[in-house]
Amino acid sequence: MSPANPKLHERDTPDPSAPPIQVIGLHKHFGTNHVLKGIDLTVNKGEVVCVIGPSGSGKSTLLRSVNLLEWPTGGKVYIEGIDVQDPDVNLDYVRTRIGMVFQQFNLFPHMTALRNTTIAQEKVLGRSRAEAEQCGRDMLERVGLEDKIYAHPSQLSGGQQQRVAIARALAMNPDMMLFDEPTSALDPELVGEVLQVMRDLAQSGMTMMVVTHEMGFAREVGSRLIFMDDGVIVEEGLPRDVLANPQHPRTQAFLSKVL
Amino acid sequence: MTLTDIRPTVRRRIARLSSYTIALIIVVILAFIGDWPRMGRQFFNFEIMKKIFPSIVTIALRNTLIYTVIAFVIGTFFAIILALMKMSKGPAHWFAVGFIELFRGLPALLTIFGCAYMIPIAFNFHWPSIGGSQGVAAGLTGLILVTSAYNAEVIRSGIEAVPKGQREASRSLGMSHIETTVYVILPQGVRIVIPPLTNEFVMLLKDSALLFIAGATVKTRELTTFGRDGMTSNMNATPFVCAAILYLLVTIPLTYLVGRLEKKMAVKK
Ligand SMILES: Nc1ncnc2c1ncn2[C@@H]1O[C@H](COP(=O)(O)OP(=O)(O)O)[C@@H](O)[C@H]1O
Ligand SMILES: [Mg+2]
Repeated sequence: MSPANPKLHERDTPDPSAPPIQVIGLHKHFGTNHVLKGIDLTVNKGEVVCVIGPSGSGKSTLLRSVNLLEWPTGGKVYIEGIDVQDPDVNLDYVRTRIGMVFQQFNLFPHMTALRNTTIAQEKVLGRSRAEAEQCGRDMLERVGLEDKIYAHPSQLSGGQQQRVAIARALAMNPDMMLFDEPTSALDPELVGEVLQVMRDLAQSGMTMMVVTHEMGFAREVGSRLIFMDDGVIVEEGLPRDVLANPQHPRTQAFLSKVL
Repeated sequence: MTLTDIRPTVRRRIARLSSYTIALIIVVILAFIGDWPRMGRQFFNFEIMKKIFPSIVTIALRNTLIYTVIAFVIGTFFAIILALMKMSKGPAHWFAVGFIELFRGLPALLTIFGCAYMIPIAFNFHWPSIGGSQGVAAGLTGLILVTSAYNAEVIRSGIEAVPKGQREASRSLGMSHIETTVYVILPQGVRIVIPPLTNEFVMLLKDSALLFIAGATVKTRELTTFGRDGMTSNMNATPFVCAAILYLLVTIPLTYLVGRLEKKMAVKK
């Protein structure tokens, strides 16, 4: 557990027996655009759930709803048993339990790699500078960037930036990680280094939800594969089953295009 | 061959050449039609120059710079608050919108005039005297109002130029709305906003000339007031010409700096 946190209230305390992520009947509208049409999804501890589907099917919106970057227009989201839409819940604290990695990295360009990993530790978790830096160094080492600690994002390759982004999320000591197409903005030769970090992370037992187009990664690392289309989960199952033997015609059509 | 067929570097050289040519033609025309002995006496009178130097620099230019810096610093402080208010929802938003539209819509001269003469009458109130004059506090208040309105818009567009993903990344780490604004958004907005704010500084420096309407003592005069007083007391425009040259000595390098900063920002992207 994290150190004593002044912002933490009893009702924010995670229930260790509850699944990390539980989504029930989730709907999301953007104006008249009905993007998520009743999503039910449970991600259990240590699971790596990969999400695939055509562009615009609502994958990002689903991921962003999990940590409430998008506010659902219907349904429920529970994080470690906490109803995150409860107005009394400290949402900022819940978000520290969920690491998020974006397609465009979104590193803070005015900070060094190390500072990227320490700022939220200090401001949110109340860790001292020394504590935060120790943790930040450890995480940058974990993603293989111990020699880039003082580099600014503009001095790093895309793959290195994405690994810093992963280190930044890990430095908060989250219980789960969300990845939104983490390798889609990378040059092909840089995809491998990021996937390797994610593979290691999965092996360490991290609960992960990964939107990806890397079918190889999904097959090898995923414990479950979800195919989404037009705001609904069309099909889910073991990755190798879904990929080799898709049941639904829409899944078949999608896979025949991307494989 | 049309203009667009020409290579950009060549086109730029032609543009520069033609502007030099136009300037040269104007000078030549002036030289032929101008009454030179009279212009020399009236505009570049050496005797009068000796009278107004060095106080035109040590008092007038110095005051212009001091007033501009004070109004700019305080005005920018309020501008940040106004920009944040305008980006919020609710009554604060509408207050900021009203304030910004009012003081960007009014001529700066009217705002300063209102501060100096209308507010004291309306509220039966006296501005504190600075250097023996109430005009300084009144005029500076007017400049601060104007500058905070203009800079608020510059700062707001700078903040909005920070990519949306920055706020999302920060929020996903658990940082609050305020922490995100202070540690992530504002530092990046500041970088974006430095060239246009420098530009606003140049505009403010020129607008400080409008302080003449608020009234000043010998010690609190800025360049334009100094030039005008010198002109009326000597029946000669030389003080005005000297003031003009001093303005240009400050504004031209600053404008050049803005261009350099803008180029540097463009390269970084
Ligand atoms: N902030 C937003 N405002 C309005 N519409 C949005 C917003 N974000 C996403 N959408 C719409 O939601 C739909 C699903 O988008 P998204 O979740 O990004 O799909 P995916 O990640 O599967 O490509 C799209 O039609 C998109 O235009
Ligand atoms: Mg997406």
